[in-house]
Amino acid sequence: MRGYSIYLLGRLSQFVLVVFIGINIAFIVTHATPIDPVEQSIAAATQFGSTNPEAVALMRQSLKELYGLQGGLWDQYVTFWKRVSVGDFGPSLSAFPTPVRVLIARALPWTVGLLLVSTVISWILGNLLGGLAGYYRNNKVLWLAGIVAMAFHPIPYYIVAFVLLILFGFVWPVLPISGGFTMNMKPAFELTFIASLFKHSILPVLSLVLAGLGGWFMGMRSLVSNIVTEDYVTYAELGGVDSRRILASYVMRNALVPQVTGLAMSLGAIFTGAIITEQVFGYPGLGTLLVSAVHAGDYSLVLGITSVSVVAVSVAVLAVDLFYPFLDPRVRTTG
Amino acid sequence: MMFTIFRDLFRSRGAFAAGVVLLAFVLLIAAASLVSPYPPNDSFVVAPDLAPSWPPVLGTTSRGQDVFWQLTFAIRNTLLFGFIVALVSRIIALVVGLVSGYAGGFTDRVLMSINDTFIVIPLFPILVLFYFVMRERMSWTLLALAMACLGWAYDARLIRSLAMSLRTREFTDTALFSGMNTRQILTQEHMPYVLPIVFSTTMNNINWSIGLEVTLSVLGFTDINTPTIGVMIYWANQHTAMVAGIWWWIFFPVLLVVITFIGLFLLAVSMNEYIDPRSRLSRVAT
Repeated sequence: MRGYSIYLLGRLSQFVLVVFIGINIAFIVTHATPIDPVEQSIAAATQFGSTNPEAVALMRQSLKELYGLQGGLWDQYVTFWKRVSVGDFGPSLSAFPTPVRVLIARALPWTVGLLLVSTVISWILGNLLGGLAGYYRNNKVLWLAGIVAMAFHPIPYYIVAFVLLILFGFVWPVLPISGGFTMNMKPAFELTFIASLFKHSILPVLSLVLAGLGGWFMGMRSLVSNIVTEDYVTYAELGGVDSRRILASYVMRNALVPQVTGLAMSLGAIFTGAIITEQVFGYPGLGTLLVSAVHAGDYSLVLGITSVSVVAVSVAVLAVDLFYPFLDPRVRTTG
Repeated sequence: MMFTIFRDLFRSRGAFAAGVVLLAFVLLIAAASLVSPYPPNDSFVVAPDLAPSWPPVLGTTSRGQDVFWQLTFAIRNTLLFGFIVALVSRIIALVVGLVSGYAGGFTDRVLMSINDTFIVIPLFPILVLFYFVMRERMSWTLLALAMACLGWAYDARLIRSLAMSLRTREFTDTALFSGMNTRQILTQEHMPYVLPIVFSTTMNNINWSIGLEVTLSVLGFTDINTPTIGVMIYWANQHTAMVAGIWWWIFFPVLLVVITFIGLFLLAVSMNEYIDPRSRLSRVAT
């Protein structure tokens, strides 16, 4: 039990550190640059027609308050942390007066759902196929799967999504290419709505799975082909253990341990991929919200999404890390 | 030495040879930008919306630019971008990785905690935030530097694991007892051993940075007046090229960048296999 608590403590402090550094980067990026978001918003607001100087001064004052840019740098830093810790980023300027928090809360489930489904599918499928390909090396079909995985792996999320969009949107238009469900449909717990939800998620999920599958496949294949040469596997084979059992509980289980660590380490990149994919397919999650916030010049919303992303990814990584000891008994016993 | 490795790789590995051929093709196209008859930012130099024929080989855009010559500038800038990011982030990764692996103990723990943080943090929102506050002042070099500062962590971890095993080797003690200081040991003794793996991570890093650059440019979140592959697709989207049936404006940039990705990736993979002692053993055995 002691080993487990030491492990837990280490993971928790890493979690705190990730959030701390991530939020600090967001603060530095917004404050160390020569551009003043207040002046930018004012410039955007006064672009059309003349405004009297008094109104501009008032606007400057309230924007400074809104963005937490009052007082010295230290004051601003403290204000920044206060806001992040309670999740209050003020009202959104582009969807005034809806609070940023509400907009993010509306978009977050879409991103989480998309991410969860596609990551689980690509991780399980990639590891399963990779494990088989590493174990049955002479199988032609698995060898071909390896070639396909290798060809797809280096292509980034955006390009994969974009190619799918062109294929299924223009060349062979069979699937909806934009939105989370059919427009004007009322979200309800009904079969038609769920069907529409499912249909709209096919392309985003498919593109995330295609882009992610190759990495897991190749990682697992090389892990398994290394483990297969270990003595205990040879011994089990000579002892007449069923080859399926060797693969499942002797080989794959050991190889899964580094793959879980790999999952925790690549969650940030997968998240990035998901929000890019969302934008391509106009999926109503954080990615689409982020891009439209940038185009609308909505400072609080962009900052809010960045901060929430950092925290959300850290929580997900922590969740994977907490699951890890169940797979690797060494963590539980040492210490 | 380097040449024999190269020849060895080229002969024994199909993947390496294929990667070299693909990249040579891409570099040739990039080099063609030097003899382009049109400056990169001039528009309406040729008739717009011409389908691929002879000439123009790859057609023309709705902005009256020749797709082929535009592509030569775009791929040149994109490659250069990836190279700068890789170069700067390699330096950070080498310093962090070597120091962390050699020093061990407390220094190692602190550096690796920071390192793991950079691995986990979602970079895309941060880069978007960076663009958002910079706006018009955002430039190509600035983006490269920002990405280099954020994209070194994964490789620093690899280098560290190598440096850790180097520290326990006898020659490190010999160097230490003959009076070399830490900097000398790291740069003169350990560096040569980690360079092969640095080379293979460079390829992966270039891929990563080009991928992000393309994404940011397609969304219009960079300096859209410097032609890169992403900027080209951005302009095509602005003119709704797909709907208008000007498919060659999008197809060829995507094709070229995919060729680049696969070429770089094949080089990285075959280098990795070559370096890995286990697969080297199996090669000797067969």
